[in-house]
Amino acid sequence: MKHLIFKDIDEPGLNTIDVYRRRGGYGDRLRQALSMPREALVHELEASGLRGRGGAGFSMGKKASFLPKGAMDKYLVCNADESEPGTFKDREIMQKCPHMLIEGMIIAAYAAGANRSFIYIRGEYVEQADILDAALVEAYDAGLLGDNILGTDHSLSLVVHRGAGAYICGEETGLLDSLEGKRGNPRLKPPFPANQGLYQGPTLINNVETLATIPHIVEMGAEEYAKLGAEGSTGTKLVSVSGNVQRPGNYEIELGTSSRDIIYGLAGGPPEGREIKLWFPGGSSSPVLTKDDLDLPYDFNTMAKAGSMLGSGAIIVVDDSNSVVDVCLWLAEFYRHESCGKCTPCREGTNWTVKMLERIQTGLATPMDLDIMASVCENIIGNCLCVLGDAMAMPVGSMIQKFRPEFEEHIEAARARNAFTGDEDAPELALIQGAVA
Amino acid sequence: MTVPRFGHGSRVPGWDDAVDLTKDPATLPDPATTPVPADLRAEIERHMAKYPDRRSAAIPALAAAQRVHGWCSPEAVEQVACVMRLTPAYLLAVASFYDMLDTRPVGHRRVYVCTNISCSLCGGRELLGRLQAELADDPDVQVRGFECLGACDIAPMASIDGVYVGPIEDGEVAELARQVRDGEEPLPDKQLLRRPSADPHANTREWTPQSFAPPAKLERATPSNDPVPPEPSSFGAPMEGDAAGPSAPIEQAPNPEDDA
Repeated sequence: MKHLIFKDIDEPGLNTIDVYRRRGGYGDRLRQALSMPREALVHELEASGLRGRGGAGFSMGKKASFLPKGAMDKYLVCNADESEPGTFKDREIMQKCPHMLIEGMIIAAYAAGANRSFIYIRGEYVEQADILDAALVEAYDAGLLGDNILGTDHSLSLVVHRGAGAYICGEETGLLDSLEGKRGNPRLKPPFPANQGLYQGPTLINNVETLATIPHIVEMGAEEYAKLGAEGSTGTKLVSVSGNVQRPGNYEIELGTSSRDIIYGLAGGPPEGREIKLWFPGGSSSPVLTKDDLDLPYDFNTMAKAGSMLGSGAIIVVDDSNSVVDVCLWLAEFYRHESCGKCTPCREGTNWTVKMLERIQTGLATPMDLDIMASVCENIIGNCLCVLGDAMAMPVGSMIQKFRPEFEEHIEAARARNAFTGDEDAPELALIQGAVA
Repeated sequence: MTVPRFGHGSRVPGWDDAVDLTKDPATLPDPATTPVPADLRAEIERHMAKYPDRRSAAIPALAAAQRVHGWCSPEAVEQVACVMRLTPAYLLAVASFYDMLDTRPVGHRRVYVCTNISCSLCGGRELLGRLQAELADDPDVQVRGFECLGACDIAPMASIDGVYVGPIEDGEVAELARQVRDGEEPLPDKQLLRRPSADPHANTREWTPQSFAPPAKLERATPSNDPVPPEPSSFGAPMEGDAAGPSAPIEQAPNPEDDA
């Protein structure tokens, strides 16, 4: 299997500039990229077929080409918020090889014509942010950041900005507001960040893994890179496998590898004697798939065709010892807590969904509640400024759709439990009696 | 009965009116009467200098004040407001949005236990309950469930003042609680920074175990080694050496029309 980002990732001292340089970093490939005309570099990135690794999967080169030309303040922002549950790939890149990200940012900023760049890293990653800060000092000292990088007329300043714990700041416009020192509320689009982003200037926002891939694309050439992976999903991808598997962790795969090979082959599959009940192919926001979908190749287009998405490449495996209602409730609680409150469907819808799931748990629900829940989810999708609401509605909706009998069984079992306990102090019982009286 | 109304005739306050009608609207704290620790002031000013707009430093500044005061107390917010020339209300609005900034008094040692899906599948919620029980009597320690900390590979895990440890087994909870209480390094063998990559094909050769040791003690950027040159800002050009700079402009409260 081809490894680009993770090649010899555990080499001692790879977080320092000396070891990184010895391995070819900041060398010919950087010089070559900075000597190319901007348009040619953007074209090269587009030709490589590199799609954004943060979740949306939009062509990186195309995004860079949307930035207006001409002399003005343009910005490059690296989205290192990585708050999607189940995702932890960027953490490993920043912790073990921060210079790969910095080199990618120098090239991407040159392609976009940006002279200022920021890394927005989530506040929880204290250790990783310290490592990045140290790498930044090294890069400035070596003249790789600052004015006239490597004697060219390209100048770039880079600032590591630490967040303070908010899922929504992984959404690009929420991130920009947070970086401007405000509450991290998403903005109305359009205008898109490529036209009006940070400080109202044109802004290119990319994920850590996307940017860290760029030096490799320059080194091997777009044509070679595009040969890796599958049709429409070129290159390698880091997948974070977690949940009920024996060897959770980050694995670099070529896109198009079979999902079974990833979950069973690399991550060891569920514990002995257990079977996979459902899995999230792209973080907790993606509609769930079942064990029947395990033989699908893992790439952007196939996952979309299967009714889900590749998202951030975070596979969460749930085995058959867990109740689907529990998983659904954990998920909904998370999105309720993280909803920023700006749009009503998301703020209220996530709240209602949690309440209905709690009623299912306490035996106060009827099977009809499932239909109400599905309709709440339907009404969230597409009706908000950002996709946080959709991110809850899609997996919850898909779980109700695919595991409806289990939900109904759960409802009936909880109701039966309530009716026969005879415990007069049970709060649920008091509620029912109150409703009857 | 007369209904209290605002100057513009409505019962709804305007942007610059205090909600409590008996209170004056919050204004910028007076530097003459607001003492700010010199270190904190230097750190906030260093953050402000990094951005084209000084307000971008709101989160780092509040985090710095929280490190000094233990939480974003009214006093801490006042000090940040004084240095950044922003109203305390603006800063409180920011502080109340983010989970890591505490607007209520809490223990200054922060233990976050991840309770998201992957960790819950591996017993994260039970871990949270046990840690809370073990550390309930220590007012200096705050134990709370936190949403996906981005370390599902070491589930169930906890972040102890920013140090990630996991997977935490049942037998280790008491030990971890003792280490948190005594301020020792938490479970040194289970720290994330010492963990090798899970990918069996990533490394072309075996690296010695000590290679996974955390990188040498990192130096936090200080004003003297801060690589980012100060921005020309609304404070005027930075002064060079001992030469007298231009006279400082008197900073005004942000004008709402500028933001529109």
